[in-house]
Amino acid sequence: MTLSTADLMPLVDWSRAQFAMTAMYHWIFVPLTLGLGFLCAIMETFYYRTGNEFWKRTTRFWMRLFGINFAIGVATGLILEFEFGTNWSNYSYFVGDIFGAPLAIEGITAFFLEATFFAVMFFGWDRVSKGFHLTATWMVAFGASLSALWILVANAWMQYPVGMTFNIETARNEMTSFWDVLFSPVAINKFFHTVLSGYVLSAVFVAGISAWFLLRRREEELARKSIGIASVFGLVCSLLLATSGDRSGVEVARHQPMKLAAMEALYDGSREAGLTVFGVLRPEAERAGGKGNYYFSFEVPGLLSRIGYRDPQAYVAGINDLVKGNPEQGILSAAEKMERGRTAIGELARYRQARKAGDERTAAEVAALFDTGTPQGREFLQEYFRYFGYGYLVSPEDIVPNVGLVFYSFRVMVGLGFFFILLFAVNLWLWKRGRLERYRWWLRIMLWSIPLAYLAGMAGWVVAEVGRQPWTIQDLLPTVASVTRLNTSAVIVTFFLFAVLFAVMLVAGAMIMRKQIRLGPDESTGSVFPRLSRKRREKDGEAPAGSTEEKRD
Amino acid sequence: MDTFAFLQHYWWLLMSITAGTLVFLLFVQGGQGLLYSVGRNREERNRIVASLGRKWESTFTTLVVFGGAFFASFPLFYSTSFGGAFYLWTLILFVFVIQAVAYEFRRKPDNWLGEKTYDAFLLVNGLAGAFLLGVAVGTLFTGGHFIVDRANLTRVGGDTAISQWTTSWRGLEALADYRNLALGLAVLFLSRVLGVQYFLNDIADPAIRKRSRDLLLKNAIPFVFFFLVFVFSLMFSTGYAADPVTGTIRPESYRYWHNLLAMPAVFVLLVSGVVSVLTGIFLCWKKGSPKGIWYSGIGTVMTVTMLFLLAGYRHTAYYPSLADASSSLTIANSSSGRFTLSVMSAVSLLIPVIVWYTWYAWRKMGKEKSLRPGKEEGDAY
Repeated sequence: MTLSTADLMPLVDWSRAQFAMTAMYHWIFVPLTLGLGFLCAIMETFYYRTGNEFWKRTTRFWMRLFGINFAIGVATGLILEFEFGTNWSNYSYFVGDIFGAPLAIEGITAFFLEATFFAVMFFGWDRVSKGFHLTATWMVAFGASLSALWILVANAWMQYPVGMTFNIETARNEMTSFWDVLFSPVAINKFFHTVLSGYVLSAVFVAGISAWFLLRRREEELARKSIGIASVFGLVCSLLLATSGDRSGVEVARHQPMKLAAMEALYDGSREAGLTVFGVLRPEAERAGGKGNYYFSFEVPGLLSRIGYRDPQAYVAGINDLVKGNPEQGILSAAEKMERGRTAIGELARYRQARKAGDERTAAEVAALFDTGTPQGREFLQEYFRYFGYGYLVSPEDIVPNVGLVFYSFRVMVGLGFFFILLFAVNLWLWKRGRLERYRWWLRIMLWSIPLAYLAGMAGWVVAEVGRQPWTIQDLLPTVASVTRLNTSAVIVTFFLFAVLFAVMLVAGAMIMRKQIRLGPDESTGSVFPRLSRKRREKDGEAPAGSTEEKRD
Repeated sequence: MDTFAFLQHYWWLLMSITAGTLVFLLFVQGGQGLLYSVGRNREERNRIVASLGRKWESTFTTLVVFGGAFFASFPLFYSTSFGGAFYLWTLILFVFVIQAVAYEFRRKPDNWLGEKTYDAFLLVNGLAGAFLLGVAVGTLFTGGHFIVDRANLTRVGGDTAISQWTTSWRGLEALADYRNLALGLAVLFLSRVLGVQYFLNDIADPAIRKRSRDLLLKNAIPFVFFFLVFVFSLMFSTGYAADPVTGTIRPESYRYWHNLLAMPAVFVLLVSGVVSVLTGIFLCWKKGSPKGIWYSGIGTVMTVTMLFLLAGYRHTAYYPSLADASSSLTIANSSSGRFTLSVMSAVSLLIPVIVWYTWYAWRKMGKEKSLRPGKEEGDAY
């Protein structure tokens, strides 16, 4: 049965929903392991250097929480990897040559490192030397960030595809420069920004849980020292995070102008474009009536131009510029790009027909257009092939993402980012003066900052991923041309299957975390052979029924 | 053989070895499947889970790497099989995800679902995980119902999927082929044999060791039976092969038998692998030797690797299309480009380093036989 793009949209939406759900669920667990691994390694290093059992006890407490998160992170990572194939098979073929390589390298270089040393880190306390155990802990921490590097390189490539060429014979993109892919400015920035956000979340988590102990007047030394380490780590990382965020503005302005326009709800481009610090957007209908973009807003003039282009006079394209075009600024309309994309797709069709018909002359003629080694090929790439993905779109408005979602998510992310800098700075100030316990309201703020850190991370991913819609590969492949041809009902079934599974895992994981924290470093169980209840041992035939021994069980 | 063809063959060899390693590491699944047969009370089950718990990550990681490496080196297979046999792969995913959670959560206080539920997860993974992986691998020989047409990408305003599956069973139809079932059951029983051998090697508890030994033959005999059914049916099967010059793919009777005869090294290594597996079984059954797993493990890696080479070398279609022979996948028509394979080949030089540090860490950890009765373990499962 031949399907139109409109027929495929429910399938695309459900497939996106499933992938988004898996990715967001994955991201609940991964960022904590990214930073907590390093915090555990730092604490264990203190133990290694001083021999003080306090540090061993502290390390093991945080390590236990690390382990709970790690397992679910690994499990959901597997689903994400396989969903590229199960739900986005066309995408997997079209760019598997490039996208698959970082995934494979991630497996070879990082996953085995993590898996092997994870076992040593958790089971090796009394089996291996202190030095080897410390090495294992550092290896797990590095392994987690190394793993993040490769998957973020792959993600960055989707946002800014470089280091490749289109092979007309295989009808797919193929890598031509590994270093361009690995060291693209978008990849480098994305890596630092994302892992730093994970480190900050971990620092907020450690500080928040420690604050809870102080509020309960339990484990005060552990809590104070943990807050000190987390605050130093968190302050450094949150300052670097702000720096990488600023750099992201430049990269987005350069490579994803529609995402930038959506982040700012900037409909009409301008010079000296201002940055809206906060504002409430009007609905589309009211905005179209000429009432302006916001009910109210606070804007810093010229700041958006400065952030995006390092020049307060620079022109920042708005959504309307990008949809309708702006010849004055040299911006092509989306309709024109769609035409050019269709020309490129048409040439591909012509090539395949010629090959099928054995018309080698025509095939060679078209192949020359896709050969970037020739001036003609370079011109075709620049003028037509770079808009390949536009050819699949139905209307110019398809290139506009969900503006409200991106706009608010961006403000949540940035606002909380600055809040965390303040949080860590104040923590350090109080910690240095030994006044942490005196300000109990501040301890409560630390505790309640934990969900805010998760919210900030999620908001960041919403900006990055919703902001680039409708593209899976920026400008080259939209979601509608990436999706696996499945019955929508099949994806709905698996969506709810995984939704239930994730919900169960989340509740169980949260309950376990809560219990482990409440039990504290000494009382938490985890032993393979905890003492069984008498009743249980009677059932297992290990204690005589009715015996009175060890009633205190 | 030109460089590109060499790289394609090299990566098929690496995929084959990874598959072999994965099947060997399924001893974790096999052990889980025996949780209630070997562990008669809660303490024994805890001991078994704690022993397996130090290895489950390796199996899981190998599965992830197997998927990732297939994606990178043979993306057309990844998009065709994973997107096409959707239900089969989703089922596999599901049973592996519950495994990871079970290990971490089962012994933790306030784990909501209770220890028995997580043990049930381990049991389901132990039985269904190994079986379904075997069935999925079986389709590399028996094929799938798909059509590959790159021209679909040019259908503006329509369905652009390059690979289209032609049955609505989306992979579940593989369960209706007796050869897939035979391989699935062979992998399942092999994993249980390896699980028993692992217990004999790792758990120093006389009761567990005795029960494990008693279970060995009960699993080894069905393994041998189903394995032979699969191998003999394979040798009599029609395979698909590509013309090296034109690339045209045609069916060929006794293709895998012909492959075996044409590649004597593969023949010898395949037989050696099987002999090694049987030697391991014999050593464990007759003497209760803890070393049996090494013989059977190495034999498993060799056997599976050679089966994969039979599937993909000599221009054989390693993923035949039952809907359109010309859509069948060979290592030549489904691989990544030369540059990507070169980059990944350079990275693959790290594999010996990985093997070394894994062996080193396992050795360090295994110096003291784990989990003797009464021995306490710190943060475990």
